[in-house]
Amino acid sequence: MTAHEKPTGTAVLPQPGHARNPGMPLDLDWVASARANSSAIARRAAQMPARRSLKGVHQAAWLARAVTLIDLTTLSGDDTPGRVRRLCAKARQPVRADLLEALGLPAITTGAVCVYHEMIAPAVEALKGSGIPVAAVSTGFPAGLSPFALRLKEIEASVAAGAEEIDIVISRRHVLTGNWQALYDETRAMRAACGAAHMKAILATGELGTLQNVARASLVAMMAGADFIKTSTGKESVNATLPVSLVMVRAIRAYRGTTGHKVGYKPAGGISKAKDALTYMALMKEELGDDWLRPDLFRFGASSLLGDIERQLEHHVTGAYSASWRHALG
Amino acid sequence: MTVREIFESMEYGPAPESTAEALAWLDRHGRRFAAEGAEIFETRNPATGALLAEVAQGSAADVDAAVAAARAAFPAWAATPGHQRARILYAMARLLQKHARTLAVLETLDTGKPIRESRDADLPLAARHFYYHAGMAQLMAEELPDRAPLGVCGQIIPWNFPLLMVAWKVAPALAMGNAVVLKPAEWTPLTALFFAELAAEAGLPEGVLAIVTGDGTTGAALAAHPGIDKVAFTGSTEVGRAIRGATAGQGKALTLELGGKSPFIVCGDADLDSAIEGLVDSIWFNGGQVCCAGSRLIVQEGIADAFHARLRKRMATLRVGDPLDKCIDLGAMADPAHRARVAAMVAETGGEVYAAPCPLPEGEAFMAPVLVTGLEPADPLMQEEIFGPVLVSTTFRTPGEAVQVANATRYGLAASVWTENVNVALDMAAKLAAGVVWVNGANMFDASAGFGGVKESGFGREGGWEGLRAYTKPAAGAPPLAVAAPVAAPAEPQAPELDRTAKFWIGGKQSRPDGGQSRAVWATDGRLLGHAGIGSRKDIRNAVEAARAAQPGWAAAGGALRAQVLYFLAENLSARGPEFAARLAEQTGAPLGAAAGEVEASLERLFTWAAWADKQDGAVKPVPGKVMAVALNQPAGVIGMALPDAPTLLGLVSCIVPALATGNACVAVASHAYPLIATEFCQILDTSDVPGGAVNMITGDPAALMPVLAQHADVETVWSFAGQDLSAAIETGAAGNLKRTWVPKGLDWTRSNAGDFLAAATEVKTVWLPYGA
Repeated sequence: MTAHEKPTGTAVLPQPGHARNPGMPLDLDWVASARANSSAIARRAAQMPARRSLKGVHQAAWLARAVTLIDLTTLSGDDTPGRVRRLCAKARQPVRADLLEALGLPAITTGAVCVYHEMIAPAVEALKGSGIPVAAVSTGFPAGLSPFALRLKEIEASVAAGAEEIDIVISRRHVLTGNWQALYDETRAMRAACGAAHMKAILATGELGTLQNVARASLVAMMAGADFIKTSTGKESVNATLPVSLVMVRAIRAYRGTTGHKVGYKPAGGISKAKDALTYMALMKEELGDDWLRPDLFRFGASSLLGDIERQLEHHVTGAYSASWRHALG
Repeated sequence: MTVREIFESMEYGPAPESTAEALAWLDRHGRRFAAEGAEIFETRNPATGALLAEVAQGSAADVDAAVAAARAAFPAWAATPGHQRARILYAMARLLQKHARTLAVLETLDTGKPIRESRDADLPLAARHFYYHAGMAQLMAEELPDRAPLGVCGQIIPWNFPLLMVAWKVAPALAMGNAVVLKPAEWTPLTALFFAELAAEAGLPEGVLAIVTGDGTTGAALAAHPGIDKVAFTGSTEVGRAIRGATAGQGKALTLELGGKSPFIVCGDADLDSAIEGLVDSIWFNGGQVCCAGSRLIVQEGIADAFHARLRKRMATLRVGDPLDKCIDLGAMADPAHRARVAAMVAETGGEVYAAPCPLPEGEAFMAPVLVTGLEPADPLMQEEIFGPVLVSTTFRTPGEAVQVANATRYGLAASVWTENVNVALDMAAKLAAGVVWVNGANMFDASAGFGGVKESGFGREGGWEGLRAYTKPAAGAPPLAVAAPVAAPAEPQAPELDRTAKFWIGGKQSRPDGGQSRAVWATDGRLLGHAGIGSRKDIRNAVEAARAAQPGWAAAGGALRAQVLYFLAENLSARGPEFAARLAEQTGAPLGAAAGEVEASLERLFTWAAWADKQDGAVKPVPGKVMAVALNQPAGVIGMALPDAPTLLGLVSCIVPALATGNACVAVASHAYPLIATEFCQILDTSDVPGGAVNMITGDPAALMPVLAQHADVETVWSFAGQDLSAAIETGAAGNLKRTWVPKGLDWTRSNAGDFLAAATEVKTVWLPYGA
């Protein structure tokens, strides 16, 4: 199946503005040469929020854009079809219509809805006709330690159930032991199992120990054909951070420079404030360019971020600070 | 622009900081800081050209009045208990924080620097400097009991960090009990004037701090003023040299923080993306108008093209614009005239110029960041300080060559080294001729860590315990240096039993004077003791060459080995002790018992310095964050010195041996009156494993020889303890390569004065080592 072919019977993926990353043979020399100086990266990350500031209409426009980049997520043991339907309704109408009208914006939706496999069916049903894809976490999420054959089967089952995006988890042990070949082979097989569904490779950076490992794992995941690289499952004790993001987006830039392929980025976990979202978006604009401010190349994995953005947007419209109860539950 | 349009374009918008409070402050002063009828100049916002205020052009009379007031206020301030001074400095720190936003805006209005920098760098660092030195005032009595304030300090500061330089200059001076007359730069006087109000509010007694605004003539009047005890200058090497010349022989303490052409070395194994951000923080911080800007990129040949390509892409995303906008990286340059000067330098280069295609706002002071590649080390742009957003680049093949290229400059302020190999990083850090080395970083500062240069970047350190030396002197008075004339030829000379020919000792060999001339040296009883060579320029030249060749090996030998050599030297002197006592007695006329006592004292002094050879610890500074800031004491290099006439042997040992103990090589000019003690001593050096060239001894007239040493470009430091006052000639000569000088009027030779000699014989190099897994 070529990059532009779509599986029949599913909704159109959001704005596919580029060819999919087909991957490449594992280049161990490149992997070994990756460098990430964590103290310098920490300094750059600390400067990021101060170097770029958005005010007034620009802030409102960027926040509205941020809404379209959210993978609205529920990954809880107590998820039910009813809970997922409510989330999907929120994904269809993430911001109150009167606020959008006041802002002069058309209807917008979130980037996707992200659920466990068992919740794919109700999500697909609830999102029918919206164009919003369903993303499923997979491959023994979050630890990725179930039998490899089952992990592949899980992907296939989720694709069959209608997931258009598969958020796989990599085997952290291969990174921690430097077994890049094993990491590549596994991830490559997962990509094959995804078929037309887009694969987001979760590196679980909070468990990789060093930024250098993050840099190397990012490269291997892209070589194996990841459409997105993603920081975290949300279940590690440390999730998305700006330093980790810098390392991953620099790896994306390097991969693009060498292969010409664009790979997306998804920070997940811990991004709950509108101001943080703006910082991440500025980071993408600075390091990768405006193409990475669109849902085909950038997503937030977040659950509570949307609520803060809604309050900020209402503040922009009314001039008065908002409250959470003034916005629909997700 | 509508939300809808921006939603599609995803552009940044304007994010201006409010100027209301800063302008209100200016308005409260009627936009004028001058007495009625005073001559004034205008200070303008370089971004817009708008007039900010009229400011007094300080006259000689204004300087006189400020110095007189400071002199009057000094005794009481010096006598104020340290704790009381600490309270006032603490209040200054708090007040800086309380007015941080207004001051940041005022700074940006006056300088054109981005508000992000004045808000996040200048103001916090300035406040930190006062906090730190409040602590120093508190601790002075207990920790520095043998130090005293200098008196009235004349301080002249530049336009690139106006308020931060006020803090760097004023805080340590006041903490140590000095009074201050400070002249801010002509382009940027406003925050210093604001600070003067805060100082009064903090309870600083009247007269202790005066701000005199004006141009270079005001600064010159201040530096040359006979009523000040110390000049501290930060600014261009050219003006620093003029100040060194103008103050020569006036007995003023002097510290100079001057220009730079700091290398930024990128090894092939570095985190290149981080190195590029390091460059953004280094050469494009404050538009490159920073003395320690990493303005010379030295990149490993194999990665140079790829690195330049990535750097150009990064440069294109820098935002040049309204300095008050929180969303820009480069503001306006400090003055349209300065921008024109920088642009003209770039226009003349033969290198390949890349000017980033950043949109520039209206205005005459904006400049896009520039990278110039393809330059050879000798190119003017590789050698001269540009002081703008212009990075020049060259390549290296090996770490050794990187250091060689980096050190091939008149300057020596700062250096950055980027590599993931700690072995290589520390090797380069040790070898780079700079006062500050940042490993995998750039432009890191803290009040606890010394900052300052070597070579033509000046001398003296600001920050840390070492910075206090610039604002203190020994508390104990010292007896004046002895003046002795050579014993005159007797009416009836007696021939010696056997002719005695004292030669120079250069490079470990006895050598005759190049000029082929000697003079007779007589005992006080009329006996001819021998002949001493009359040294000339060429002997100095040969001696400096020998010292230069010997110094690296002697330094590399390490403190433990040097200590052994010095103990051995003591052993060998002891073996010839009675003979040296007799020689001292016959040459100087001292009683034999006193001469024997001097030999004993010399042995003890040798032991003192043998002891110090492996005990001058460095320090790890408590800077914020995950950084080890290591203060290394490195040998000054080649030290030229005039030895005292008396005590002849003890004085000789007291000067030469500390230089040796700390890893220097020296060129010593013996006492003119009693040269044969020095030449005999060389025989002991020769038999004590002191390597050839580590000590070079010349006899002759110090008044003729010391200016040659002072002017010599390959001599790092000159000391004079000669009885004749040579300070004017030495300090004038030293202006050439801006070498450090030590020309005291007196010294107590009964003490080792270890602190003073250790400081004079070494340079503190601060190596910043950020860490993180």
